[in-house]
Amino acid sequence: MEVRLNKKTKSVLSAVCIALFLIFVYFGDIMISPGSSWKMLITVIEKGSIYALVAASMNLLNGFTGLFSLGQAGFMLIGAYTYAIFTIPADSHDKVYQYFDGGLIKWSIVEILEGKMGVLGHYLGMFIPMIGAGLLVAVIAFLIGIPVLRLKSDYLAIATLGFAEILRAFFQWNTLGPVTNGSNVLRKYTTYNNAVFPVLVSGICIAIIVLLINSTYGRAFRSIRDDEIAAEAMGINLFRHKQTSFIISSFFAGISGALLAMFQTTINATPFNTVMTYEILLIVVIGGIGSITGSIIGAFLFTAASEWWLRGLDAGRWLGISASFMRPGFRKVVFAVLIMLIVLFYSRGIMGDREFSWDGFLTWCRNLPANIKAWPEKHKAKSAARKEARAAKAAAKAKAKQAKADSEARKASGEALFTPLPVADHVVVFDKEGK
Amino acid sequence: MGLIQTWLPYILAGIAVGGQYALIAIGYTMVYGILRLINFAHGDVFMWSGLIMVYLITVLPLWLSIILVIIFAVVLGTTIEKVAYRPLRSAPRMSIMISAIGVSYLLQNFALYITGGLTKTYPAIGWLQKTVRIGSATTKMVTIITPVLTIVLVVLLVMLIKHTKIGMAMRAVSRDFETSSLMGIDINRVITVTFVIGCALAAIGSILYFSNYTGINPMSGAMPGLKAFVAAVFGGIGSVPGAVVGAFVIGICENLIKGAGWTTFSDAFTFVLLIVILMVKPTGLFGEKDIDKV
Repeated sequence: MEVRLNKKTKSVLSAVCIALFLIFVYFGDIMISPGSSWKMLITVIEKGSIYALVAASMNLLNGFTGLFSLGQAGFMLIGAYTYAIFTIPADSHDKVYQYFDGGLIKWSIVEILEGKMGVLGHYLGMFIPMIGAGLLVAVIAFLIGIPVLRLKSDYLAIATLGFAEILRAFFQWNTLGPVTNGSNVLRKYTTYNNAVFPVLVSGICIAIIVLLINSTYGRAFRSIRDDEIAAEAMGINLFRHKQTSFIISSFFAGISGALLAMFQTTINATPFNTVMTYEILLIVVIGGIGSITGSIIGAFLFTAASEWWLRGLDAGRWLGISASFMRPGFRKVVFAVLIMLIVLFYSRGIMGDREFSWDGFLTWCRNLPANIKAWPEKHKAKSAARKEARAAKAAAKAKAKQAKADSEARKASGEALFTPLPVADHVVVFDKEGK
Repeated sequence: MGLIQTWLPYILAGIAVGGQYALIAIGYTMVYGILRLINFAHGDVFMWSGLIMVYLITVLPLWLSIILVIIFAVVLGTTIEKVAYRPLRSAPRMSIMISAIGVSYLLQNFALYITGGLTKTYPAIGWLQKTVRIGSATTKMVTIITPVLTIVLVVLLVMLIKHTKIGMAMRAVSRDFETSSLMGIDINRVITVTFVIGCALAAIGSILYFSNYTGINPMSGAMPGLKAFVAAVFGGIGSVPGAVVGAFVIGICENLIKGAGWTTFSDAFTFVLLIVILMVKPTGLFGEKDIDKV
């Protein structure tokens, strides 16, 4: 049973769903009191949407272009710092940069524009440093890409990981203190006041990524992933396309870094380490490499699990079970084990390389009852097949053992293992010429 | 003379650190040579052997804990190989790499859970901490022992690879995985032996390394791990002597940079070196040419 909708219905459905979601987030953030446990839902949506953006940008690189890059945390770091540095209000500089005489930059873009244009200026003042953060990251990615993108898969991974580490060291360098505040935290910069802001921004960014993937460029990226040599033979400039993908992916990583800075309200370079990159990569894997929908679902599941559902594992009580081994850190262990299970046994992730579509979703929904009904039968058949395979394996093993024992016995009894063929059968003796 | 006097301590420290990196790098280079896999978990095996030492030394005598630490690292490494890498042997390379990253994430988080995120003090091993004078510089015994021990172990390892049957099998497998399996070499056994050697050396390296640094936390395996990998690439991946030379170069340069007052960028140097070597001579110093066939 397949469901097919026409294009107009689909657009309307999507628009309605998105609008409802945004309204829910907007009013949810206003109306749910901070003490309520449902506040966690809003936090998860906020952080999840930020991670969804960075995961989608990493997926563009790893899943669609086939470049195994591990520099995402470093790019987020630049984005976060760029945003924060330019939006700290003038009168907070002395407090934030207390070890550096109030810092080098003594103004905030937000304040300047707000003074001139009011509320519009406030938001413009937030967008300009955010876009600026993305652009700066893109420029740095361009520079890093020149040497790095010529490397093959594993070397690329290590080199980008290395660059991320260099960036981290650079931002904590004391000499740059007047700008980056050295190894101290940056705080008091302007942040958004409703959770709908990050959701909207990352939604728009992800939409741009999806549009890019469906364009000629996207097809070129995918052909590079599938076969570099064939792609080159078809006239795709490998280096140029890899560079494009790398720069665009980094741009969005920078924007998500700026959003993360707003979400956290204070930032420091230390947490932007390899673990953060690993987490983003694992989100991509959970969702399915090569599926933007998957990355979004993965990001929300990841943040929900780590921030909300598994919280109790750290506090000692979870699902009504309490045990002494559930102490801080246990959540992450459980989490890492779950991820390993996914990587080993479910390596396609949630979505594989499929994307969400209304047709597919509705078909899936309609077939769900039938599938559930058929599940026991299917499971039975599967387990029977597994049993059979096991039995066959055991039989083969027994046979091999028997054969080995037989040959041992024959060897022991002195019988020759090979009976040589009679010479006349297989040796042709050539007469010498002229005889 | 004055120049040598100022730089000697840094060079000595560099040689020591280089030897410790070398012991880790061998694990990377051998595994990469055979499986074509960057074993991201190797740095964490190194960190875990350090942690286990911290816990064992409180109840057991020194010699027994050293032996047990080495055994632990070997068991951990081979288990990782069996559980996380073996099932994916025929999967695309990216999956195995992701699996390696997953294992690394798991090991780090588990260490975080066990230690509670605190930095543990590494036990002071008496005879390694003794101060020695060389020329005008005073240094710890470990600085002298590390390079000597490293070189002895590497010579033994090279002899193993060159002159024994299992060594011959290793060379064959690293040359061509499939053909050697067709020739009747038990590939799984060769890979297990590789992991045993790599992890044992990493455990020895961890004892020497952490004796120098005293503090150990769940993240302290990541950086030495990455540096050791770069050392392996620098020397030509798959080549044991190459990895050792690379590790000494990185260790010495890093400490010279520290000596010049650029401590922030001592880590960055390693990665600059990686990029430069891959641009100029992608096969490394002693690597063999790798031809990609269409």
